[in-house]
Amino acid sequence: MRFLIALMLMVTPAVAETVNGLKTVDEFDGIAEEEARSVALFEEMLKVIEHPRCLNCHPAGDTPLQGDEMQPHMPPVIRGEADFGAPGMYCTTCHGSENVAFVTGEGSIPGHSPWQLAPVEMAWVGKSPAEICAQIKDPERNGGKDLAALHEHMAEDGLVGWGWEPGEGRTPAPGTQEILGELTQSWIDTGAMCPDA
Amino acid sequence: MTTLTVNGQDVTIESEDDIPLLWVIRDELNLTGTKFGCGIAQCGACTVMVDGMPRRSCVTPVGSVDGSDIQTIEAMDSPEAKAVQAAWEKLDVPQCGWCQSGQVVSAAALLQMTRQPTDEDIDNAMAGNVCRCATYVRIRKAIHDAAAALEG
Amino acid sequence: MTHQTRRQFLSTGAGLVIGLSLPLGARAQSGAAAVLTRDDVSEGAFAPNAFVRISADDTVTIICKHIEFGQGPYTGLATLVAEELDARWDQMRAVSAPANQELYANLFFGLQGTGGSTAMANSYTQMRQAGAAARAMLVAAAAEQWDVPLGEITVSDGEVRHEASGQNASFGSLADAAAQQSVPVEPALKNPSEFKLIGQDLPKLDTQEKSTGKAIFTMDIAREGMQTVVVKRPEVIGATVTSYDDSAALEVPGVVAVRQIPQGIAVYANSTGAALKGRSKLTVEWDTSNAETRTTDQIMADFSAAASEPGVVVEESGDSAAALSDAAQTLEAEYHFPYLAHAPMEPLDAVLELKDGKAEVWMGAQFPGIDSGAIGEVLGIGAENVSMNVMLAGGSFGRRAQTSPQIGLEVSQIAKAAGGDGAWKLVWTREDDLTGGYYRPLTVHTLRGGLDAEGNITGWENTIVNQSIMLDTFMDQGNSEGKDPTSYEGSTKMPYDLPALKVNWVRQKSPVSVLWWRSVGHTHTAYATETFLDELLEMAGKDPVQGRLDLLKPDMGRDRAVLEKVAEIAGWDGNRVKGDRAYGVALHESFSTYTAQIAEVSDEGGMPRVHKVWVAVDCGVAVNPNVIRAQIEGGIGYGLGTALFNELTLGEGGVVQQRNFDTYRMLRINEMPEVEVAIIQSDADPTGIGEPGTPPIAPAVANAWRALTGTAVRRLPFTSAGV
Repeated sequence: MRFLIALMLMVTPAVAETVNGLKTVDEFDGIAEEEARSVALFEEMLKVIEHPRCLNCHPAGDTPLQGDEMQPHMPPVIRGEADFGAPGMYCTTCHGSENVAFVTGEGSIPGHSPWQLAPVEMAWVGKSPAEICAQIKDPERNGGKDLAALHEHMAEDGLVGWGWEPGEGRTPAPGTQEILGELTQSWIDTGAMCPDA
Repeated sequence: MTTLTVNGQDVTIESEDDIPLLWVIRDELNLTGTKFGCGIAQCGACTVMVDGMPRRSCVTPVGSVDGSDIQTIEAMDSPEAKAVQAAWEKLDVPQCGWCQSGQVVSAAALLQMTRQPTDEDIDNAMAGNVCRCATYVRIRKAIHDAAAALEG
Repeated sequence: MTHQTRRQFLSTGAGLVIGLSLPLGARAQSGAAAVLTRDDVSEGAFAPNAFVRISADDTVTIICKHIEFGQGPYTGLATLVAEELDARWDQMRAVSAPANQELYANLFFGLQGTGGSTAMANSYTQMRQAGAAARAMLVAAAAEQWDVPLGEITVSDGEVRHEASGQNASFGSLADAAAQQSVPVEPALKNPSEFKLIGQDLPKLDTQEKSTGKAIFTMDIAREGMQTVVVKRPEVIGATVTSYDDSAALEVPGVVAVRQIPQGIAVYANSTGAALKGRSKLTVEWDTSNAETRTTDQIMADFSAAASEPGVVVEESGDSAAALSDAAQTLEAEYHFPYLAHAPMEPLDAVLELKDGKAEVWMGAQFPGIDSGAIGEVLGIGAENVSMNVMLAGGSFGRRAQTSPQIGLEVSQIAKAAGGDGAWKLVWTREDDLTGGYYRPLTVHTLRGGLDAEGNITGWENTIVNQSIMLDTFMDQGNSEGKDPTSYEGSTKMPYDLPALKVNWVRQKSPVSVLWWRSVGHTHTAYATETFLDELLEMAGKDPVQGRLDLLKPDMGRDRAVLEKVAEIAGWDGNRVKGDRAYGVALHESFSTYTAQIAEVSDEGGMPRVHKVWVAVDCGVAVNPNVIRAQIEGGIGYGLGTALFNELTLGEGGVVQQRNFDTYRMLRINEMPEVEVAIIQSDADPTGIGEPGTPPIAPAVANAWRALTGTAVRRLPFTSAGV
């Protein structure tokens, strides 16, 4: 018995834990019913999806948001035809390929290549978990992705990954991109079920 | 070590790679027409052209634009830039003048992409350039005038 | 600064035309020699006085004693000279005067300085005389050369002519000979009806170089071996250095040294980039025992409580207490105005080169003599060994007019700490600018008004609580009697006939330094008085325009004229709301210039959207209407952005909350209203234009907003009023 406890202490953190506010897949093992587990997994994914790092660039309107308070982007910028700003002030007027710390004071300007808004059909701001879930599964509204491609977006995409490396002055998204990828895969494996509301 | 083409001349930069392009241009290359206003890409006074597109030099580490073609206010000589500057003079746009290099670079870039901008196009392209003297009424009119002049 | 102060200065009887009356031989001592070298005036140039140079190449250069930071003195003062000289506009040039307290004194201040929208007002006669004197000497030289009577010589378009003999000469060709003529002390000036250039939209002299990046400002100066210096300053206003660790900063390539100066910890480097990087690696401990550690919420609460303390009665007529207690209806309101930063686009800066006991300085000094004196004292070389180049400045709005020579002191402390000869460029960042104090005073107004049964205003009381800008500074001439008009100007001497009135000022103190900010006291007094009056008029069932007109005292003709004019151009018909748009009016005189504005406002997401502003302005003779319109447009944009968005707040422990334009945001082009300006024709001497456009815009917008939404905004900015 004593041996067993010691083993559990040693193993448990590696298999089931909460990393930076995001539960790992193993923490959902206790949910026996697959559909319920799938919904629970999606709700965990929502902690990332609805984090300001992600929501700010999935706005419903023509204006990105910024900061943990999700204020309208300042200076005012618009989505533009290619989700990349207006002629004369594309996103790259200010945003480079990497985050750049300010030299005059605290903070940084975020950067990544590419740096742009999610298309408006992928807007998440103001939507319910059920709506977001239905939307990200719908190839008409997720950039033509099947579930495998959706997993790749969550697990591998560089701009998504920026959410965990957002630069000085911004709170990173919960967990890690790797955990999000695993949650997404498990969610798909359990039927990619959506919450009711 | 960073190498750039600045206003048509190849230059090798001594500054460290993480120094903002703004200060390299001003201190190392002695091109002082590009101005410092905020250091955080909020005012646009530092706007230059990098590979043909407007860019806030205050948040651009010089190493990140290695090999690029940089154009500053001193060498803005496109038809659009000339038309913008002529309109600026006709309407006496500048007051204190500190932001105006950035305004002119942004306005010329807008006209290169949008020949006949609407008021909305102007707002969208120019809202990143702050003028504390609030010369905005004249900036707007001058851009329209420059566009008309380019139509000829 | 204010009418009262201005009169005090005037009453000192400062000689009107010291420069003009200087004999030629005295010019070397006068400081004019320094002007000649900086002006690249060729040998044999004609320098009739301290204000005009005519070169052999036919250019006429005016020496401008007022700093040019966008308000247009280069152009305006050159117009005055060109007019009396009968010059061609394209031959005119302008340069900045060096520091010389006597020669280039602001006649209203008694020392060299720019401020209070006085440039045109105090140079109007002086510069015309300077031009007229030069003209008279050119004419005398021509008469002598051609041997014809003086009276037969005419001058026009930059040419001197003798019609009968068909001879003519350019100014440049006569420069040598003109320099030999005696200087007329009181040359005749034109009658305004003879003006050819004054009143025209002449192109500005500095536009071309400011549109092409060629204009040189302080930050653009480079000297051999110059180091750039940035200073780590306290986060809490009034804190001082306890200790610091510079080891990481010194490892930054390009950082040369780190030294403590009274203002903070200075990082010396070979480039601005290295200096900034070095500064970011400093660790500094601060002593806050003498600092302002209250929050601005607490300061505001303290000032609000102080409104009931006895203050200084600064204006009183009739028995206001009785009038209010007898009133049929009364209105009371408390207004809160935040600290504000000026935020000129060019952050504060200076260059100082020290060599063999002499210093040359480049800076946008608004009181250059005060800065020169401070620099000479800190360096132990005396002001006489300080040569001051007054540079074009990227805006000021009051920030560069220091009641203490702040920047001169700082740059000379940097040189002193380095020891020995050298050259240093001091650069402030935007963070330094916004967190560095010298704010528009945080102010509380409490207003009480009473109406009789017919809706006439019978009583008016206003108590203003704030810090003093001028008391206990060099501007305090010892005859202030504890009053500082810059704290309450605009709440006194109102143009309205208010039978029983009392204005009270309660002075407060704080380690937070305060300073004049574009239009000074009028920034808050115009808002408090014009929105409160608007509410009283509505209570009385009166029209905002007609109600004001009916209230104006009989001798307030210029106020009446601008109000009638603005109503006319805006098509005012008494309807404050039309569809989704509302209209608000405000009338306010400042710096002897009369301005009325009507703002057209809609509700955009709970904030005012200002579509158009109509303005009528009377600033006396309109020397350059184009510059006047530009200053009105700019003054409106400056005042509007501030009223909508800006407040400088101190958080827990007094830490300044706004660091840069992300948190202290500027009006942008998409928020700028259309502006239509009507200038009242006038033969009166010109008055100020740099500031008077600012005070009326906020109350005009607030009055429209109240008409539209029913909400009276009594705390600025609109964003913090929960609008």
